[in-house]
Amino acid sequence: MTFMAKPKITHPEMPRNVLGLTRRDYEGVNSTLCAGCGHDSITAAIVEACWMDAVRPQDVVKLSGIGCSSKTTAYFVSGGHGFNSVHGRMPSIATGASAANRNLTYIGVSGDGDTLSIGLGQFCHAIRRNLNMVYVIENNGVYGLTKGQFSASADIGSTAKKGEVNNQPPIDPVQLAITLGVSFVARSFSGDKAQLVPLLQAAMHHQGFSLIDVISPCVTFNDHEGSTRSYAYAREHYEEMVHTDFVPPAREIAVDYAPGETLAVSMHDGSRVLLRKVEAQYDATDRAVALQTIQQRLKHGEYLTGLLYIGSDQPELHALNGTPDRPLNQIPYASLNPGPQALAKTLATFR
Amino acid sequence: MNPTDTTHPDYYHRVVDCQWGCPAHTDVPEYIRLIAQQRYTDAYMLNRQSNVFPGILGRVCDRPCEPACRRGRVEDKPVAICRLKRVAADLKGELDGLLPKAPATGNGKRIACIGAGPSSLTVANDLAPLGYAVTIFEQNGVPGGLMRSNIPSFRLPQTVLDEEIGMILDMGVTLRTDSPIASLAELLAVGGYDAVFVGSGAPKGKELELPGRHDTDRIHIGITWLESVAFGHIGSIGERVLIIGVGNTAMDCCRTSLRLGARSVKVMARKPRGFFKASAWELEDAEEENVEIIVNHSPKSFVIEGGRLTGMLFEEMEYELEAGVIKRERVVGQIVIGCDDVILAIGQENAFTWIERDIGMKFDKWGQPILDPVTFQSTLPQVFFGGDAAQGPKNIIWAVEHGHQAALSIHNLCSGAAVSERPQRGVTLSSRKMGMHEWSYKNDYTMLERRLMPHVSLKERFKKLNIEVELGFTVQQAAQEAQRCLNCDIQTVFEAKLCIECDACIDICPVDCLTITHNGEEAELRARLRSPALEPTQLLFVSESLPQTGRVMVKDENLCVHCGLCAERCPTAAWDMQKSTIHWPQAADGGHSCRAPKLKTA
Repeated sequence: MTFMAKPKITHPEMPRNVLGLTRRDYEGVNSTLCAGCGHDSITAAIVEACWMDAVRPQDVVKLSGIGCSSKTTAYFVSGGHGFNSVHGRMPSIATGASAANRNLTYIGVSGDGDTLSIGLGQFCHAIRRNLNMVYVIENNGVYGLTKGQFSASADIGSTAKKGEVNNQPPIDPVQLAITLGVSFVARSFSGDKAQLVPLLQAAMHHQGFSLIDVISPCVTFNDHEGSTRSYAYAREHYEEMVHTDFVPPAREIAVDYAPGETLAVSMHDGSRVLLRKVEAQYDATDRAVALQTIQQRLKHGEYLTGLLYIGSDQPELHALNGTPDRPLNQIPYASLNPGPQALAKTLATFR
Repeated sequence: MNPTDTTHPDYYHRVVDCQWGCPAHTDVPEYIRLIAQQRYTDAYMLNRQSNVFPGILGRVCDRPCEPACRRGRVEDKPVAICRLKRVAADLKGELDGLLPKAPATGNGKRIACIGAGPSSLTVANDLAPLGYAVTIFEQNGVPGGLMRSNIPSFRLPQTVLDEEIGMILDMGVTLRTDSPIASLAELLAVGGYDAVFVGSGAPKGKELELPGRHDTDRIHIGITWLESVAFGHIGSIGERVLIIGVGNTAMDCCRTSLRLGARSVKVMARKPRGFFKASAWELEDAEEENVEIIVNHSPKSFVIEGGRLTGMLFEEMEYELEAGVIKRERVVGQIVIGCDDVILAIGQENAFTWIERDIGMKFDKWGQPILDPVTFQSTLPQVFFGGDAAQGPKNIIWAVEHGHQAALSIHNLCSGAAVSERPQRGVTLSSRKMGMHEWSYKNDYTMLERRLMPHVSLKERFKKLNIEVELGFTVQQAAQEAQRCLNCDIQTVFEAKLCIECDACIDICPVDCLTITHNGEEAELRARLRSPALEPTQLLFVSESLPQTGRVMVKDENLCVHCGLCAERCPTAAWDMQKSTIHWPQAADGGHSCRAPKLKTA
């Protein structure tokens, strides 16, 4: 963290997006996390993605639970809406908010503790409901806010800062999500914005639950030798499986890819996600292949990264429940509340 | 690109744009910080080390530091560096015991300086404390040179001149006033001086030979006229005055005319605005006093009726500009503008009538002495030049730097070292870290606009010739303006082997001047930075390869506001904020000590 706020001054030639906003307009308050925290880089990637995508700040809803990661929603898009929920209960709040207003962009930021320990049940059900949101896990394998105990994502054999060895198997949110039927799942690394930013853009355009598990080193408690979430370890062991480019609606696909290597997945709004396979046999639209490959590589200690699975045909929450097209606040009061007579009529059908 | 060699004495110096832009390399950010701490005397003494005349220069310096100031690129107006220098001079305390003194016993060497202007005074200032016996010959009755005769007292009060010249004379320098040198040969032959420094200025105003020029006594040469005003020989002027030329002398002439009784003063320019030689602020000050500046008028002849000057004939011009360059010009008409006096302010030149051409000194085809550009030594080894006498009309701060370099040369000459041997330049770095996110400088960016200089009202200022128009910053204004300084001398120093590439510095940098990327050729690398580095005169820092990925950290120095957030956010202290103290050698570093450069420690 720093004691003074980032100066308001900017580069005089700072580029503007179609709304006329600069990247700085998507920032939030000063981060109070440790200097060098991976979470701050993820925050910067979210800022970049929202700016590039020209999201209206007032259309962004930032949701989080408890933990270092959950503080970060204050650090981006200060013009957006925000809700900092009880520990692990962010998916419920997101579900309620999304039910009331389906037109906003929901960005949830959570950590490995908030998601995989106290909030695991909520997390699973949000996937099951295919809630239309971006769910970012800032995964550092450690409870940083309580001084460095192993979290549920810590790998077997990895050591704590003082040398203690973890013997319990980790929960891998990516594999878990695939088995639960998630429609968009990716893994990335806080130190690789070139990969993370297009993933975030694609996730914001995906209709349904988009999970991005981001390895985010904890500089204070988990950046030592023996850690499997340090900057050095992540750089040595991460392998990009599918390179993702995001192409906004109405823009030509500018890059020529050799056929067979690249797959363009269309999103509901006309944007496309280009998946460039780094390995020929990998098919990011095949759930079984994805799961199998991830498991094989994990055995060798490799983190597969990139957009690992995308399924565009699964109905999301609103489609599943047949809700109205418009947000509740745009529906006339008389339609929302038809009055006591209508209520009595409905009640009579249950008698 | 190869990793940047930040141990080169010029690398960090160039980052401090103001100091690099200052001919005398004044440590501007340091003295501004001293002003912020209300240590005015220390600020004054620090200034004096390099520019010798803080009180004078704080008023009339041509301030090359200000266009160079980084704040001017980040926002639009640079820090009012010059005005802050004046604050140090205005508010300083007693200097007793702080000023350099001549040693009790001299070194037996005698130096003659010709002309008591800024360059000669600087030579005396540098050499007297080393034990030299310095004698200054001045043709006028008072010292100061053009600083006294050509800068009107409403811009530069006599008292300021007297005080700062006095500091040098009080070191034991001999001043001989009313002593014009008529023959250099004679001075060399009978004076017995070990070295002679010529700082006689460029005292000859340029003529404008047009019909009617010599048919009246109401046409004046600007610098001569200003001198006559300064020494009280002229006390009035006609009601309508035309000034020919738009340089800084023209600005002084028009404003002086207003104080001597002129009612209508027009400055006649041959070319459009943008081609004026006058400094922007001097134009501004003249126009504030309702001086009319008339562009695109080319003088043709003086109109004399019955032996009396009644006006001047001009051709009205039209120019076609392309990208700021005149491509074509046309005469579109003629006009006579009435006047009672004309002042010619179209430049000045050297006049070395008193230097014999047969004493072995070589001159170029323009009559300028041939000099070594570094040592200012002429082809006569014991004669040195400086100031306007060396390179034609420049300004005071250049004269001061010439004086420093010539003094160093003279010290070398007199102590047996080679004149061309210059002590090494150097830079000392020392961390400004005080604790977690605490620095011994104020690193927060202050969004204040440039403070405006308060002026004496238009009613008051014309009552007397010597009412100083600029009042100087108040203590509060100075404190505010000082906060606008970006502390460019507190350098971002990077240690590649400590970097873990967490991106924290890149994310926090308010002006996006940092990038971690793979290395490349400079032009290509500049184009693909987080914010493309499009200003080629500004340096690019490229680190050694980073340990984890082999990429490099690149910093575009152009817009860095030295807020230190990169260093605050860095978990491994790969970035640190360190004060760079630039060592720019002067006479005291030269002589026999040349071979073992003395570096000042911070």
